Amino acid sequence: MSGRLVIGVDVGGTFTDLFFLDEASGRSWIGKVPSTRGREAIGFLNGVRQGTDDLSQVATVVHGTTVGTNALLERKGGKAGVIATEGFRDVLEMRRRDRPQTWGLWGQFEPVVPRERRVEVAERVLADGTVHQAIDPEEVKVRARDLLALGAQAVAVTFINSYANGQNERIAAEALKSVWPNAYVNISSEILPEIREFERTSTTVLNAYLQPVVADYLDRLEADLNAQGFTGQLLIVQSNGGVMTIETAKARPVRTALSGPAAGVIAAAHIAETAGFPNVVTGDIGGTSFDVSLIASGQTALAAQTAIDFGLVVRTPMIEITTIGAGGGSIASVDRGGLLQVGPESAGAVPGPVCYGQGNDRPTLTDANVVLGRINAERPIGGGLARLDVEAAKAAIAKHIGDPLGLDPVAAAEAIVRVANSRMAGAIRLVSIERGHNPRDFALMPFGGGGALHAGALVKEVGLKAALIPPYPGVTSALGCVIADMRHDFVQTVNRTLEDIDLSAFNSEIARMVEDGERLLDRSNVAFTGRDIHVACDMLYLGQTHTVAVPIHWIKGRALDRTAIRQAFEQKYREIYGRLLDGIAIRVLNLHVALIGRRPKLDLAVLAPSGGSIDDAKQGERPIYVDGRWHDATVYARHRLPVGAILSGPAILEQQDTTIFVEPDLQARVDALGNIIIEPM
Amino acid sequence: MTDLDPVTLAVLKGRLEQIADEMDATLFRSAFNPIIAEARDASHGLYHAGTGDTLVQGKAGLPIFVGAMAFAVRAVIEKSKRQGDLADGDVYIFNDPYDGGTHLSDFKLVRPFFRNGQVFCWLASVGHWHDVGGNVPGNYNPIATECFQEGMLIPPVKLFAKGEIRTDVIDIVTANSRLPNSAYGDLNGQINALDLGVRRLSALLDEYGDDTIDAALTQLRLRAAQLMRANIAELKDGTYSAEDFLDNDGIKDEPLKLALDLKIEGGTMTFDFSRCSPACAGPLNIARSTTIAACYVALKHIFQDVPANAGVLDPISFIIPEGTLLAATAPKPVGGYTETILRMIDTVFVALAQACPDRVNGCAYGTINALSLAGHRKDGRRWVMFSFFGGGHGGHPNGDGLNHGNAPISTATIPPVEILEAAYPVMFTRWALRPDSGGPGRSRGGLGAIYEIELLEEQADVFLFGERGRFAPPGVLGGGAAALNRFTVQRNDGEEETPPMASKWVGIKLAKGERVRLETPGGGGYGPVSERPAAAVKRDIENGYVSKDAAQAVYGVKGAA
Repeated sequence: MSGRLVIGVDVGGTFTDLFFLDEASGRSWIGKVPSTRGREAIGFLNGVRQGTDDLSQVATVVHGTTVGTNALLERKGGKAGVIATEGFRDVLEMRRRDRPQTWGLWGQFEPVVPRERRVEVAERVLADGTVHQAIDPEEVKVRARDLLALGAQAVAVTFINSYANGQNERIAAEALKSVWPNAYVNISSEILPEIREFERTSTTVLNAYLQPVVADYLDRLEADLNAQGFTGQLLIVQSNGGVMTIETAKARPVRTALSGPAAGVIAAAHIAETAGFPNVVTGDIGGTSFDVSLIASGQTALAAQTAIDFGLVVRTPMIEITTIGAGGGSIASVDRGGLLQVGPESAGAVPGPVCYGQGNDRPTLTDANVVLGRINAERPIGGGLARLDVEAAKAAIAKHIGDPLGLDPVAAAEAIVRVANSRMAGAIRLVSIERGHNPRDFALMPFGGGGALHAGALVKEVGLKAALIPPYPGVTSALGCVIADMRHDFVQTVNRTLEDIDLSAFNSEIARMVEDGERLLDRSNVAFTGRDIHVACDMLYLGQTHTVAVPIHWIKGRALDRTAIRQAFEQKYREIYGRLLDGIAIRVLNLHVALIGRRPKLDLAVLAPSGGSIDDAKQGERPIYVDGRWHDATVYARHRLPVGAILSGPAILEQQDTTIFVEPDLQARVDALGNIIIEPM
Repeated sequence: MTDLDPVTLAVLKGRLEQIADEMDATLFRSAFNPIIAEARDASHGLYHAGTGDTLVQGKAGLPIFVGAMAFAVRAVIEKSKRQGDLADGDVYIFNDPYDGGTHLSDFKLVRPFFRNGQVFCWLASVGHWHDVGGNVPGNYNPIATECFQEGMLIPPVKLFAKGEIRTDVIDIVTANSRLPNSAYGDLNGQINALDLGVRRLSALLDEYGDDTIDAALTQLRLRAAQLMRANIAELKDGTYSAEDFLDNDGIKDEPLKLALDLKIEGGTMTFDFSRCSPACAGPLNIARSTTIAACYVALKHIFQDVPANAGVLDPISFIIPEGTLLAATAPKPVGGYTETILRMIDTVFVALAQACPDRVNGCAYGTINALSLAGHRKDGRRWVMFSFFGGGHGGHPNGDGLNHGNAPISTATIPPVEILEAAYPVMFTRWALRPDSGGPGRSRGGLGAIYEIELLEEQADVFLFGERGRFAPPGVLGGGAAALNRFTVQRNDGEEETPPMASKWVGIKLAKGERVRLETPGGGGYGPVSERPAAAVKRDIENGYVSKDAAQAVYGVKGAA
């Protein structure tokens, strides 16, 4: 083992955030450098060097990356080829026969692999796993050469019913080994042995599409780190919030699709639980969107699949993030029916809000916050601009909102904020109340630059218990990298009724997955403080379509019986729908196993402030507009506030990476770990 | 009336919509049959206490219901007035298509929402059940001549009386379905959705006060009307006409004419359907309520900012003469309503292409192709595989049409091949895009698909209810028509059979190893072929979207060597 330094690195679109932890001394510090889009490894190393000059002292670097996400969104992956069952090369392009929007018929879809590079071979497996037509390895080689001639760098083999029997896919993979010039050979029964050919095909093809780009990036990064004397472990954050080794990441780049935001949610769960709030809703306000995620009893909610863009479906467990189009750059308008709307149209980062002075003249949420005095126009966050143009923002609001609604510009600005808040509140209700949770049990944890401005209002509107703003909300994702556990997920479709399941095969399948997972954990060379095994099944009543994710209590060495599985299902089903449907058979669709290697948790006390006083922290007063009138709000330097400080609203707390607004009828206190807790007085 | 500030109004709009959306989500999650759970053939909303007009409707439900549900609620209001016994805790159930719109498969649950002893508004849930009896499993009977052959017909009756469930009603309804478990499961899902709506709406009323919500609902209607008027005012005044045809009514092999004369004048619109064919013997009739709902769907595809609120229809009037196939009355069969409304929507697009060329698109594939394969397994169990299939969308000002999309009246997704093969004794031998099926044009229509299914059991009965077998989806503004719908049966002896009535066929016997093959239309083109860049045609050839021969014949472009 090398040194004792652990570094979390979150490479975002604009900034690369870093969190450094010296495990020997317990000291921690943060770093922030501009991202180097397209050559992310450069910004990464700049950031690392900013925080330490001796890479030989670094034990672990944990990396949350958007390289994969951006390659998908901008269609900048590698050139992949697809080998499909005869008659099925268009599965990827035909999707599930959907369209991007319910209303309007102007949808377009460009598959990541054009039809030209999708070929077919004669082979067929039936739904019960029987090989109906054997595969000819020679035909696979011929087709593979065709793909190579067309420039393919990676290949995906996606055969119908391969979830039930992967034999033909494995024979194809074997044949490909002698022809394909690199290791980028993907077979769908390995990547996702789960029923539903489009979702499996899409996930496998996106993996192949990302491989050349992500593997190349990670190789370069590792080489650069090593050249600087780094001999420790490089780990990558997956969309499920766990980390994986660089080898796994190169083989399964599709698992990084939501790497960045996942790390943030992991950090939020840990910070909030340590602060005494095991139930949290995270809220990330960016330029164009508001992303929320729910953590109940310290557990992050996972979604089974997500679409990165229309038709780009990735089916691997991911931190469930619900997104609505309401961010700082969201444009406010009055529609022709006279109704005020905020978003989903956005001015983005460029040209950005009116107050940026970069050419946009339609008012945004950020413009409203500037006019209301909640954002300090003289000291914008991010450092890119010297000051914000308040008058231009006010004029735009007057013209587009105030005049049509008969409001003065400041009242119009508050109207924009209220409508935006109500949309964000709707997203919070969606993940909390609509899932059966009581909002009074939950705290809101904003991260990203804009969240803390709206946190208090959202606490009031949804009826949440409190808002919690950690010491460094801007580097939450980097902090999450440092504390994320290692996680490996496995799935296998079963598709049998409970009565028809071959229990011994079922139990040995679980044992096999557990073994595979433990082997991966063993091989990672990471020191774990413990290991967890989660077993779950997707189950449903015979005839239903939507499954219920049922956690199954599983103990090593003890076989599961039908009663245990049935009871687990009925408990979960009743929890969700209230009543059981007696007399109808129960089906087990998929089996899931997750292996978790717990990594040491960061002692968050290292982030707590020492010293400071309320008087020291006072920066003066600033007029802010709220509830229909101007108030004089005290402005504080957040990091000079001592533990235990209690402030009543209206107040503004400023720090390098965010601005916190405490509304008049709320109070803020600094807890023992340096978090700001905003709650009703 | 309480005076309402614009901010509260905007906030309440979102809160009310969230209630309807959550009702949708509840049913999608818990429904039994895939037509609701996956195809989202369902809808929920809030309706006016006195008129039944749509106040708010969920955004995820089937588009056609957005217009149709108001008629269903109105039918219940009238029934309850006649009976004079409406009470808190009542829930009505029915599927009468003449009063409530659409077809027998759509079961509606309608519930009064009481505040202080008065009906404040109505909540309703509609969902497409898997089977409601009748002559054909899945209820798309292409040769029905009376609704009695299409399934059970339940008029509005109380499913709950003062909160007490009437299990005898459930017994009647489930006894009339081939899939009683499915019907029972879906019914439970709909009850859950209504319960949830009541809880959420009560909480909102408690939070804001009844007067405020009432004022918001009134305002939202006024603003919906204002928004629609502003949209219409942007169109060139004039009368725009379009004609299209259905292949036949399944009984008599003669085309049925759908004709629209659309008059735009001073911020109002009149849809005149006087020149349409008279009511037909087969199931291609639709009720007047369905006709109006279909016009709403077409308009919302073009004016996407208008809300799901009855106010949208305030500046619009309809001329739908009695006796035409767009004003069906009992017992005219209406089971194939989807085909008729798809054709109507096409006429709206073609007519509006003259009034607002930069807002329209070529027509989509225009038929849902309801295909049912059914039989018995060796152990005697019955199986019914019933699905709708996809096709191409029309070319549009921004580019080529979407390949393999869903019908404009629906947001349904198609079940995966692997789910179908796991559930039924069939093997798909092809699931592919259909080359040369998109209508040519500056923007090419999207491609339809080829689906080929082989039977693995000894015998099955096949039913198909499709359209566009003789009249192809048209392009607009000089764009060409797409390929026709085509259905064939491939016999074990090598013979190929086609339906006697273009795309409608009943009672085909299929033997083990035989195949059915469905080739669906693409979308119509947008703009003249001469304006399509040669590079785009070459790309189409490389990807096999357009064959070399077609490229030469239609676009005059030679394929790459």
